[in-house]
Amino acid sequence: MGTERREIVIPSQILGDAAKFKAGRGTFVEGGNIYAERLGIVTRQGGYINVTAVKGRYDPIEGDFVIGIVEEPMASSWLVNINAPYPALLHVNEVPWDVEFGETERYLNHGDSIMAKVLQVDAEKKLQITLKDRNLYKIKGGLIIDVEPSKVPRIIGKKGSMISLVKKYTRCRIFVGQNGRIWIDGDEEGIATVIQTIKKIEEESLTYGLTNQIETLLKKDAKDVH
Amino acid sequence: MTITATIKQDYLVKLAQKGKRADGRAFDEYRNIKIEPGIISKAEGSARVTLGNTQVIAGIKMDVGEPYPDSPDSGVMSTAAELIPLASPDFEAGPPRENAIELARVVDRGIRESGVIDVEKLCIEPGEKVWIVFIDIHIIDYDGNLFDAASLAALAALLTTKVPAERFELGEDYPLPLREPPISCTSVKFNGVVVMDPSLDEEDIAEARLTVATDTNGDIRAMQKGLNGSFTKEEIQKVIKASTDNGKKLREQLNRNIGK
Amino acid sequence: MKSDIKLIDGSGKRLDGRTPDELRKIKIEAGVLHRAEGSCYLEWGNNKVIAAVYGPREAIPRHTQNPLRAIVNARYNMAAFSVDDRKRPGPDRRSREISKVISEALEKVVIMEQFPRASIDVNIEVLDAEAGTRCAGLTAAGVALADAGIPMIDIPVACAAGKIEGQIVLDLGKEEDNFGAADLPVAISPRTGEILLLQMDGHLTLDEFNKALDLAISGCYTVSELQKKALLNKYESIMEVK
Repeated sequence: MGTERREIVIPSQILGDAAKFKAGRGTFVEGGNIYAERLGIVTRQGGYINVTAVKGRYDPIEGDFVIGIVEEPMASSWLVNINAPYPALLHVNEVPWDVEFGETERYLNHGDSIMAKVLQVDAEKKLQITLKDRNLYKIKGGLIIDVEPSKVPRIIGKKGSMISLVKKYTRCRIFVGQNGRIWIDGDEEGIATVIQTIKKIEEESLTYGLTNQIETLLKKDAKDVH
Repeated sequence: MTITATIKQDYLVKLAQKGKRADGRAFDEYRNIKIEPGIISKAEGSARVTLGNTQVIAGIKMDVGEPYPDSPDSGVMSTAAELIPLASPDFEAGPPRENAIELARVVDRGIRESGVIDVEKLCIEPGEKVWIVFIDIHIIDYDGNLFDAASLAALAALLTTKVPAERFELGEDYPLPLREPPISCTSVKFNGVVVMDPSLDEEDIAEARLTVATDTNGDIRAMQKGLNGSFTKEEIQKVIKASTDNGKKLREQLNRNIGK
Repeated sequence: MKSDIKLIDGSGKRLDGRTPDELRKIKIEAGVLHRAEGSCYLEWGNNKVIAAVYGPREAIPRHTQNPLRAIVNARYNMAAFSVDDRKRPGPDRRSREISKVISEALEKVVIMEQFPRASIDVNIEVLDAEAGTRCAGLTAAGVALADAGIPMIDIPVACAAGKIEGQIVLDLGKEEDNFGAADLPVAISPRTGEILLLQMDGHLTLDEFNKALDLAISGCYTVSELQKKALLNKYESIMEVK
């Protein structure tokens, strides 16, 4: 790994020469230079310079799994909050139930939570989500907490390594939505430990060797481990 | 509008039935409170109160004006509250809505009816000129329990206010004449459980709310029940007891922070 | 009283002891509020302002939505207790004008095309006022926007210059604003030097104006460094690699 420093950059900070590098996410080009457009962490990979935002709402990408909260049932669709700048539309054709016109409330009502997938993001940023997938459903029980969407990759870990650890030691069911919402179910203490652990991962997301640190902490708290 | 997931409400109810709150507090326990007086140089008195993540700033301005016709020898006081859009994604800009008005009036009554400000001593020329005290409450960050945070901020500001006599060429500045203030404590009820100093999440699911202001003798000086649920008589008695106990603690902290 | 105030003496010392090109003391802190998505608390002399950002979020009412880009709504407001004579709560004409010029300045630097139909709401609250509140407010708004992760081509910054007793000075204080001969608040995009906000009242010759403008812009650059420090300070703990 080495002593690589993670660099925080601010909007308008100059990052590189546009002739030598390619402008990736979170950057803009002007006068032959690549600049950061958001407060974030700069990464340089494969000739690209990217800036990953430290804070901000979820930026929906087609195919992402997200946790939504139903805002409004309408005649043949629902408006769902997915922590993006815009609400997402869930059409009756995109749910596994046979919903009659005007009967949407019977299935999903204001305040219900769902595991959904982002189906489409169009040019005007109009969002559509779907429940038609094996792993998607209406959520019952448990608790949802909010984290910064930018921290989700760290919470999941490489190939799910971090979140698997947390599940193993707390015996809780956990689902991490790309949109910064995490669903947790289990016994009280397990849930409390999960929340604490996730907060710690959020705060120290840039620490190397965090996975090992978290494992040590979890081992201490866990009653029995299989 | 911010939306709350129904399962969050269910979770809070489940916890409450086991005698627990989401942040680990006891039912009658307050969050961390910080009281900082004298933070606004332009105001005659001011204070910032942080209650958990809720932040409120109160400022006192004074002016000379005419008394009310039915109390020609008394000073005048007026309380206003602003739920500025800064403090929550749900606060809109514009004239105060009912929540802001209720907040201002409840804080006002707690101060006015108990005679915290000794208005008899604020007369300059009977029937002609009296001191007017403006209490302005600014909510900066909303995370539950605005009533108590606002009330504490207003009191801390008043307790450190100097009457600006010099500016009006009426002598030297002097401390605003006050009497020992009552301290208000707010509780909410949800699913048969009553908790004190509600967090934002607990307020979201509250069915009924009760604010009780008590004085140094443990007497009740003001009360306000809000929201469309109900309390039993027993619950009210419990709330009064908890409010008196917590009122004492809050008063001690208030006095400490204003340097008494 | 006016006649016996000497705003600036023979050696160039101002009432509060500053030299003609000296700024008042400035303190900036980013990310100070819990509910707001981005925020900034700023002290500038005796000015105390707080700025908060919400968004981008769908603009309401719908008729305000622009299908091609976001709109930036800045709302500048002074607290009732922030001034000598208590101010009636609510926006007055002055506040609304300042809100407008600040919104326009911010729209130049926010990359609005990324969020069609959305609004980015910036709330600027003046808690303690002492000359130069609009510059303090816009400066705080710039930090709050960056703190919220809003994409921008630059972090806007503002500073004022003016004329007192024939001399061009930087960053007018209270008496200088009240009894001085001219006031020139300016906001720039520091990366390019482009001017985003410019207002002037009083009386300046062309030569005096040019001097004042240059001085205000140089003040902007100094304050811009403080904005950047505040943002980096907030997040520097995560720069440490353990």
